[in-house]
Amino acid sequence: MTKQAANWSPYDNNGGSCVAIAGIDYCVIAADTRMSTGYSILTREYSKICKLADKSLMASSGFQADVKALQKFLAARHLIYQHQHNKQMSCPAMAQLLSNTLYYKRFFPYYSFNVLGGLDTEGKGCVYTYDAVGSYERVGYGCQGSGSTLIMPFLDNQLKSPSPLLLPAQDAVTPLSEAEAVDLVKTCFASATERDIYTGDKLEIVVLNADGIRREYMELRKD
Amino acid sequence: MLAKKGVGLPSFLKTGTTIVGLIFQDGVILGADTRATEGPIVADKNCEKIHYMAPNIYCCGAGTAADTEAVTDMVSSQLQLHRYHTGRESRVVTALTLLKKHLFSYQGHVSAALVLGGVDITGPHLHTIYPHGSTDTLPFATMGSGSLAAMAMFESNYKEGLTRDEGIKLVVDAICSGIFNDLGSGSNVDVCVITKGHKEYLRNHLLPNPRTFVSSKGYTFTKKTEVLSTKIIPLKERVEVTERGDAMEE
Repeated sequence: MTKQAANWSPYDNNGGSCVAIAGIDYCVIAADTRMSTGYSILTREYSKICKLADKSLMASSGFQADVKALQKFLAARHLIYQHQHNKQMSCPAMAQLLSNTLYYKRFFPYYSFNVLGGLDTEGKGCVYTYDAVGSYERVGYGCQGSGSTLIMPFLDNQLKSPSPLLLPAQDAVTPLSEAEAVDLVKTCFASATERDIYTGDKLEIVVLNADGIRREYMELRKD
Repeated sequence: MLAKKGVGLPSFLKTGTTIVGLIFQDGVILGADTRATEGPIVADKNCEKIHYMAPNIYCCGAGTAADTEAVTDMVSSQLQLHRYHTGRESRVVTALTLLKKHLFSYQGHVSAALVLGGVDITGPHLHTIYPHGSTDTLPFATMGSGSLAAMAMFESNYKEGLTRDEGIKLVVDAICSGIFNDLGSGSNVDVCVITKGHKEYLRNHLLPNPRTFVSSKGYTFTKKTEVLSTKIIPLKERVEVTERGDAMEE
């Protein structure tokens, strides 16, 4: 009997796009709410944004079953952290935890593409972007998912960030006001929806600042 | 075999499509969406998928855009020559035979899935043609990646002897079903109504997908590439051009 190639994959791609923008005292995290497979829409209202701690939010696209498992794992780890330290995990700590969690499955990865947004210990906006196996970087803005190739060049053009190699280190946060950042995110998604078949239906925007968390929704094209 | 060695075929512009047609009381109605895709990217938001075959015959195309266009253009010109030769109006079966002969001879490599409709001396006709050359003759038909979504509307709402308005409504509903439920289809609805001695091409009959957000301030793209240094070497110092005689004369 000759060896047969596996004709079944444990992975699927459920599409979707995520964007996060860090400002001086706020963070905007946004994702569309379409979940799809192949040429079919599974649901038009599935939230890709997950609150991991008081001041860290994760938006994830890719394979939503893996994303769910990842979110569940991080929630459990955060509960343990709260019992041991009697406080909420900071966003930079959560960023490192997420990286370690992803790398732990280096050879059977979580098929998830994440952006983590939140406020750091000084109350400054922070965004971390990841690949599926845990490589991560703190940035001023980031995007992941099926529409990322369409959105990223636009963000680069509008919010060109200083090189991370510059000395002394420059602040990566964007100079926009909170309202401007929300408008920019809306434009990003309205445009990505025009050209990416996996992005659409509805946009969920979560704004995190000193006052707490605010949610906003905007309709996107449904075709 | 080449694919195994890493020589893949280039990607084509596919019209992952919803196309439909039905027969109503005095003719045929064809419908199509207007999205053309290249993998997950929308290549054209408002393309035309209802092709002209003859004054009384039109043809919706799904599959590789180049194939559907080439094959309909080719057959349309053969029909034109045939009309000059016979001096009679083209028949739908003639177009059908020419299309299927061509597609069969290419054994499915010409990826064109068509819905052919028209009204001729023998009455209204509607056919589907598959890429391998097989054909169907039907009272209502759908094709493309959105064919199941569209057929769901036809199977539940079609009846014989629909009026013109009922027919258009049903075709629009079927195309919209494809547009909203199939990711390969989208944007607008094109409709073509063919009756005896008359046709009406309703391009962008419905535009159900306007842009949802436009920034109130608009955006500027003023950031230029930074110029770090400039050095200009004039050519004149190195090359001497002398003019003599007529340059164009040899």
